[in-house]
Amino acid sequence: MITLKDVLTRLDGELLTPGLPLDLECPRIFASDLMSDVLTSAEPGSLLLTGLANVHVVCTCSVADLTAVVFVQGKRPGADVISQARAKNLPLIATRLPMFQACSEMAVLLGEKGLGR
Amino acid sequence: MAAEAVFRQEFPVKGGDFAKAGTVACQIKDLLKELGIDPQTVRRAAIASYEAEMNVIMYAYEGRMKLAVKPGEVRITVDDKGPGIPDVGLAMTEGYSTATAEMRELGFGAGMGLPNIKKNADRFHIDSRVGRGTRLEITIHTNGHKP
Repeated sequence: MITLKDVLTRLDGELLTPGLPLDLECPRIFASDLMSDVLTSAEPGSLLLTGLANVHVVCTCSVADLTAVVFVQGKRPGADVISQARAKNLPLIATRLPMFQACSEMAVLLGEKGLGR
Repeated sequence: MAAEAVFRQEFPVKGGDFAKAGTVACQIKDLLKELGIDPQTVRRAAIASYEAEMNVIMYAYEGRMKLAVKPGEVRITVDDKGPGIPDVGLAMTEGYSTATAEMRELGFGAGMGLPNIKKNADRFHIDSRVGRGTRLEITIHTNGHKP
């Protein structure tokens, strides 16, 4: 199983919500900029990779029971978004990697853990 | 005789208020969790509520969402005052959308809202009148196994 700490390291990410747990397991990964897709297709417990950095991301993840969010391509949410994520215990990570590269790294990580398809 | 609702609450929703989008859905989710409803039902109700709330915010002038919980059932009723939907059948088609570019930039308006509400409901009824508004009735059976 991969944890949020594994994700943070692999994506050379920055934790935007210090203090929130990094030992959370991420059994599934979902990537999209469309919150409509997250609400329709993401399974509970998924880690979301997205280039969208507004407050709707936090609300969507909370409603759909996602574990955490990685903002790709150097996108950084505002302080209000981070504050709301803290209130909902939703860890946020920022990475400079573009979406495709971030997804590729996650696929490699899953493979290393014996979880690849 | 149908069981009486053991919990009821109403929530106003203001059209165009994107800053508060999701507030009602999150409140409904928290209330259902506090009431001890099973997690799968809570998630389905929260997703359906969020989609419905976004529809009011994106398309209507104002609306009211009503939550009613009784043994074995969660019901969410949404009444809005707005332009209504000329062709409900078309609006229920996955991918059909009249969303603006602004709505899409926020991550919504992909034409999945109404179909996703129906997907998460055990019973779904929609009644829309052009120039007046739209009413949704969403019923979810607790401990159901619908994905």
